[in-house]
Amino acid sequence: MARMISYREAINEALALEMRRDPSVIVMGEDNAGGASAGSPGEEDAWGGVLGVTKGLYGEFPDRVLDTPISESAFIGAAVGAATAGLRPVAELMFIDFMGVCFDQIFNQAAKFRYMFGGKAVTPVVIRTMYGAGLRAAAQHSQVLYPLFTHIPGLKVVVPSNPYEAKGLLIQAIRDDDPVIFCEHKALYDMQGDVPEGAYVIPFGEANVVRDGDDVTIVALGRMVSYASEAAEELAGTGVDAEIIDPRTTSPLDTETIIESVERTGRLVVVDESNPRCSVARDISAIVAEEAFGALKAPIQVVTAPHTPVPFSDVLEDLYIPSTQDIVNAVKTATDWKR
Amino acid sequence: MTATATVRTQEGLSADKLRDAYRMMRTIREFEERLHTEFATGEIPGFVHLYAGEEASATGVCTHLDERDTIASTHRGHGHCIAKGVDVKGMMAEIYGKATGTCHGKGGSMHIADLAKGMLGANGIVGGGPPLICGTALAAKIQGTGGVSVAFFGDGASNQGTTLEAMNLASVWNLPAIFVAENNGYAESTASTWSVAADDIADRASGFGMPGVIVDGFDFFAVHEAAGEAIARARAGGGPTLIEVKFTRYFGHFEGDQQTYRADEVARAREELDCLKRFRARVTETGELSADDLDAIDAEIGQLVEESVVEAKAAPLPTEADLLTDVYINY
Repeated sequence: MARMISYREAINEALALEMRRDPSVIVMGEDNAGGASAGSPGEEDAWGGVLGVTKGLYGEFPDRVLDTPISESAFIGAAVGAATAGLRPVAELMFIDFMGVCFDQIFNQAAKFRYMFGGKAVTPVVIRTMYGAGLRAAAQHSQVLYPLFTHIPGLKVVVPSNPYEAKGLLIQAIRDDDPVIFCEHKALYDMQGDVPEGAYVIPFGEANVVRDGDDVTIVALGRMVSYASEAAEELAGTGVDAEIIDPRTTSPLDTETIIESVERTGRLVVVDESNPRCSVARDISAIVAEEAFGALKAPIQVVTAPHTPVPFSDVLEDLYIPSTQDIVNAVKTATDWKR
Repeated sequence: MTATATVRTQEGLSADKLRDAYRMMRTIREFEERLHTEFATGEIPGFVHLYAGEEASATGVCTHLDERDTIASTHRGHGHCIAKGVDVKGMMAEIYGKATGTCHGKGGSMHIADLAKGMLGANGIVGGGPPLICGTALAAKIQGTGGVSVAFFGDGASNQGTTLEAMNLASVWNLPAIFVAENNGYAESTASTWSVAADDIADRASGFGMPGVIVDGFDFFAVHEAAGEAIARARAGGGPTLIEVKFTRYFGHFEGDQQTYRADEVARAREELDCLKRFRARVTETGELSADDLDAIDAEIGQLVEESVVEAKAAPLPTEADLLTDVYINY
């Protein structure tokens, strides 16, 4: 029998389960305890983070859910430091766009400790952060920046596409001994899905074949996986059988599953909500071009946002986000290609 | 809460503790003076930033610390490493880029670290360390170890947002953290009298709800006393302290720096203010240690550093396979 919960609840459940299992797991972030520690009047744990993802954790773990000032450099750095000293911190970087004020602690410190220190550092920190367009939140609260993290050796980058994936991947992230950037699409928080009650892990670097097909391979990331599924249903009606691959993690990236699929279908469409330059979409395209060039029957198609900031006005933002129709069109370009 | 000198009478240090402190300062000096000479031969790769002249700071603080405690350091990190017990021969090999180095030749002078010793790394990023020690201090607090964490940073980093944010967070979370601002007068070539808008870096403490003290960085005993008080308060749950240590570095920002931005202050400091000379004068005057005691330490350390250089030069280089290891624990 299906147990339907939301993406938000799945993440909360993963945190609660791991905090119960392992006393070294702590959670910190802005508004996570709602100033409860200062004894302010009003409801303790009022928000549970700005979109309520950690709500309820403070009540159960008052000593391990920490509020922070709006001071990302300090508390993301503190999470990194605490990870070197025996804790497993899960820090909430509210919006991924705020990486700009704390990136040094992530990419010059956390990511490099193990290598710079000759293999002697263990830094099991998880940075949960929400990304993506669709909430009319404009240019500084809507970006898709996982490509920037993916570029950095030493970081692992996770982009869960539904509630089941979010829970299993977050538990893996918390148990993982390397620094992990866990990217939650804010437009998915209310998405419902069938999620087992207990703890389970989804290993990193193992793509999920969401749909089998022989005519074209669609690799889609995060929220774009459900868009790709809608496109595949529409294409099925026109006799095109699309295979959909969700890489789940952009670092490590399961190139094997992607290449194996393209060698069978001969066509690749990559769907990535980020800006196109130096994106994961272009990275996957390049890898396939290098390693499976001979199998390609058509040029690789890439569906991304345009090379612009995220606009505010709803009409513009809707144009900005890749659509199901964009994916259908890209697949048609690939399947109709004639030399 | 603002800059007030400590007035508590210092407990006497035993002869053994005094010997240890002198040995630590002498080791740092000998190590740095030797690197200055060796760097000029061209055999050492990259950038080297020397700590000579500042020994009383690392030593005055770290003689209070033990295995529960963690420090984070700066570009100018050799002194902090030595004071926290990192192996001198491993450090020298690291600076020569050898496989036998503390970080297997992958870190170099700017990234020497030994987490097993509570040394969280020299740091190539100005202001990189203060947020990190909020985390190690938090871990000590949650785990109830009684440990404290110390961020050493320079006058340059005193203007970085990371440092200021970390001081605020340390007070907000009431962490067992100590912030040691090593003000040697110059951030690279730019005078701190220009770059620091406050009269003293210690003045900033009041803005973050913590005590701020200024100490003479050439005086081991002054640093030791101020640090002892701050560390005892932190261990007892009394929260963080900012200590501003004022002194002069004896060498340039990095080796090769022509130092056209400053005049003859180094010669005067070496002659009149030097921490080792002052330490020696004081302890021999009081009769706590003899000149022979100190001479024996000088000889012992001269030998250690000589061996470290000889062994580092002879040590094997990393191999091609080392390029790809230790990026992740598993991937």
